[in-house]
Amino acid sequence: MVSAPDSTLEAHASEIPDISDIKVDSVGDFTFPERNKYDSGFGITEKTVDFIADVKNDPDWIREFRHKALKVFQEKPMPTHWATKDLENIKFDEFRYYLSDGQKPKRSWDDVPEDVKKTFDRLGIPEQERKFLAGVEAQYDSEAAYSNIKAAVEEQGVIFVNSTEGLHKYPEIFKKWFGKVIPTGDNKFSALNSAVFSGGSFIYVPPGVKVKHPLQAYFRINSEQFGQFERTLIIADEGAEVMYMEGCTAPKFETATLHSAVVELVAMKGAKIQYVTVQNWSSNVFNLVTKRGIAHEDAEVRWIDCNIGSRLTMKYPGVIMKGKRARGEVISIALANSGQHQDTGAKMVHAADETTSNVISKSISIGQGRSTYRGLVHIPKHLKGCKNNTECDALLINSNSRTDTYPAISVRGNQHATQHEASVSQVSAEQIFYLMQRGLTEAEAMSLSVNGFINDLVKEFPMEYSVELKRLIDLEMEGSVG
Amino acid sequence: MSATLATAPKNNPVPVSAATENPAPSGLEITTPVRDEQNSPGWFLARAEAAWAEFQKLPMPGIKDENWRYSSSKKIELADHTPAAAPTTANTSAALAATQGLKERAARFVFVNDVLVESDTANLPAGVVCVTFADALRDHGDVLKQHFMQREMTLGSAKFAALHLAHVKAGVVIIVPKNVAVEKPVEVFHWVVGDHAAIFPHTLVVTGDNAEISVVDHYRSLEGEGGLSIAIADLIGGRGSKITYAACQELADDAQALHLSSIVAERDAAVKSFQVQLGASFSRSESVSDLVGEGSRSDMLSVSLPIGEQIVDQRTLQNHKAPHASSDLLYKNALYGKSRSIFSGLITVDEGAHYTDAYQTCRNLLNSNEAEATSLPGLEINADQVKCSHGATSGPISDEELFYLKARGISDGESRKLIIEGFLAGVIERFGNGELLDTLVARIDEKLERAA
Repeated sequence: MVSAPDSTLEAHASEIPDISDIKVDSVGDFTFPERNKYDSGFGITEKTVDFIADVKNDPDWIREFRHKALKVFQEKPMPTHWATKDLENIKFDEFRYYLSDGQKPKRSWDDVPEDVKKTFDRLGIPEQERKFLAGVEAQYDSEAAYSNIKAAVEEQGVIFVNSTEGLHKYPEIFKKWFGKVIPTGDNKFSALNSAVFSGGSFIYVPPGVKVKHPLQAYFRINSEQFGQFERTLIIADEGAEVMYMEGCTAPKFETATLHSAVVELVAMKGAKIQYVTVQNWSSNVFNLVTKRGIAHEDAEVRWIDCNIGSRLTMKYPGVIMKGKRARGEVISIALANSGQHQDTGAKMVHAADETTSNVISKSISIGQGRSTYRGLVHIPKHLKGCKNNTECDALLINSNSRTDTYPAISVRGNQHATQHEASVSQVSAEQIFYLMQRGLTEAEAMSLSVNGFINDLVKEFPMEYSVELKRLIDLEMEGSVG
Repeated sequence: MSATLATAPKNNPVPVSAATENPAPSGLEITTPVRDEQNSPGWFLARAEAAWAEFQKLPMPGIKDENWRYSSSKKIELADHTPAAAPTTANTSAALAATQGLKERAARFVFVNDVLVESDTANLPAGVVCVTFADALRDHGDVLKQHFMQREMTLGSAKFAALHLAHVKAGVVIIVPKNVAVEKPVEVFHWVVGDHAAIFPHTLVVTGDNAEISVVDHYRSLEGEGGLSIAIADLIGGRGSKITYAACQELADDAQALHLSSIVAERDAAVKSFQVQLGASFSRSESVSDLVGEGSRSDMLSVSLPIGEQIVDQRTLQNHKAPHASSDLLYKNALYGKSRSIFSGLITVDEGAHYTDAYQTCRNLLNSNEAEATSLPGLEINADQVKCSHGATSGPISDEELFYLKARGISDGESRKLIIEGFLAGVIERFGNGELLDTLVARIDEKLERAA
């Protein structure tokens, strides 16, 4: 089951202006090779933003939004006093900020790096699926399956389209929430995303509708492949329920080295949103993502997040509990191998009485990998009956592995309860010995122990994800011992 | 509970009967330090000079500094203060009258405005050096040169440390030789008197192999408003030695206090340090434990009971540089009124510091709807054979506990007081001095009365 062909882009073809209409200045860094009709060129300027807005036929308010965001991006400093120094290695002028899917240079299976191919093999991913995952080709066969799900969902009145389509076709819903959960200026990377976003999903679930099938980005973002700057907006109206999954458990072969998404969730009164992410980026990707949900009265926003791969991931899914008895949850697994830094965590902002939040984070550091938990729990004044529980466990596999925990918990008033607990440990030698006595190799024993460490969290992932997650962990563990 | 301190000062300054003979401060600002050029060694004068230059050069830490997150350096109004003037005879006698410390002690020093007004070292075992900072400069320059403020102040107060070094003239230097155990504690009182007077007390403790010593510093206010104490303690635990150290800050409610301690634990040394923060409008402690020797241990304890609009700011670092070392931190704050507490602690384990055993716990008991507790417990682990964990909790007194006591006929108010006393006493007990426990519990009791 994978992707539909690029039907949405085709549908938009008529809306996309002819390239000859786009005014292009050959001065400056704004390159425009004839071969790539929808290539914004390297670097980011006002022209880049206009170019994207032209190609996407943006309504004026979005164009304006992009331009304002660009200013914010240019003015806003990098997070400096706490963030890793590796951020300084990002050369913003060396990226292309928009490369339309239809015009992407063809990539062949031969271009896929050996280690990625090998991983596909080891994961037992079918040939066709591999090619799709590697970005080599779309999978026409699964179009049927996708259409079926889409039809079933649409019957219930659910809107599930890409964000470009969303803003064109459903402006009255889109405009109301877009950029409201995460303002443009939230951080430098949310500003960047706001300036150049393309791709991503827009979902609206009408009141009372409980979507049975999980909706998957896997199928959805096809029109722009895996957007580097995707923008997702999900609204569950009163009493609605929806589960959304993005990414896939197979390694993402990504030529881009900067991925900066913005994801906004709105759970209206009594609604439930679960957002599942399993990402396995190739190790050259800076993965700098802003994700936040608003939970109104009695609503629940739940982030289930698994980060494997990438050079640097900075991602702290958050929930603003705005209505009484709202609930927020983050369940996360991070695995950092050599050359990788998983800087992940959770932000829980309690803004109404009797709101509860729960964070469970487990990380594994292998080789010289570094995993970091960064958390924020905020219970301001005048509230009562709020509760937070945070648990962070880190597992260190090798003597050079590294882990950090930096939570910040602010509580005001005497009617709340918060607790934070973190522990760091290694797989015990006794346990490995015990398993090896039963005929496992040291690597197998280590894998089994690591899988045991995250087992209770893996259960929270949908089944097909959890199976591949375990396999991915096995693969990452290889060569880490002995 | 001990009645020892029944007449001791509350958190309000002790009134001095005679009108203060202090000259009015010439200008409310920290001025170029006056040094004892005659009796100070050249190296010290040079360092003090350099420190003054550094102080002037360094910017005031601000809210953007990671180490001042959630805090406010503006609470320390350096420009409002002058280094304390020499005490008057009335000051001295008032301070001495109010100085009622431990009955069981090896030595006692009383300073008023950084001037020694009394010392009693009669009960010290032979061979132990226990002298004022000024005397140590003269007679034990080599030890000072080796250990005095040799550690970088990494928790945010480098500017204040530089100011301290530029102005330091009072305090106690203790050198315990190899295999000597001083059974009873050395007690030191630092009184500050006069409007906006600043004191810079220093404590240096150096223990030889297998030596033992216990030291208690008290920081208190006599009369005058807005006193400031910028105190530093250097504790150097030699191989197999034991140091226990307590800093009890009970300055007046409108005073400000900074206490920076730097601990070094050599092989198999055990250093226990304890911060008591009961006074001052803004009280900040920075405690760094460097576990440099295998098998070393550091216990870091703290209690605070902020009321009104008091702010208690606590920064700690458990720095594991050697294998097989352990550290355990327990900080408890009971908050009332609109008070705030900030705890920011970090455990770092260097590469190769295997078999580290490190814990860190911060617990906040919130007793009013406007009190605010912020906890930033942190871990940075670079070695794998370790057991490290931290925990932080914030919450009110549990209803069950309260119900249990009330069901036994104890009033609501009394029950709450008992629970908070128990909550804080659990930390003080770990310090292991019964008399000090009684004294501090009595002081906490008094403060609880004020909070209620």
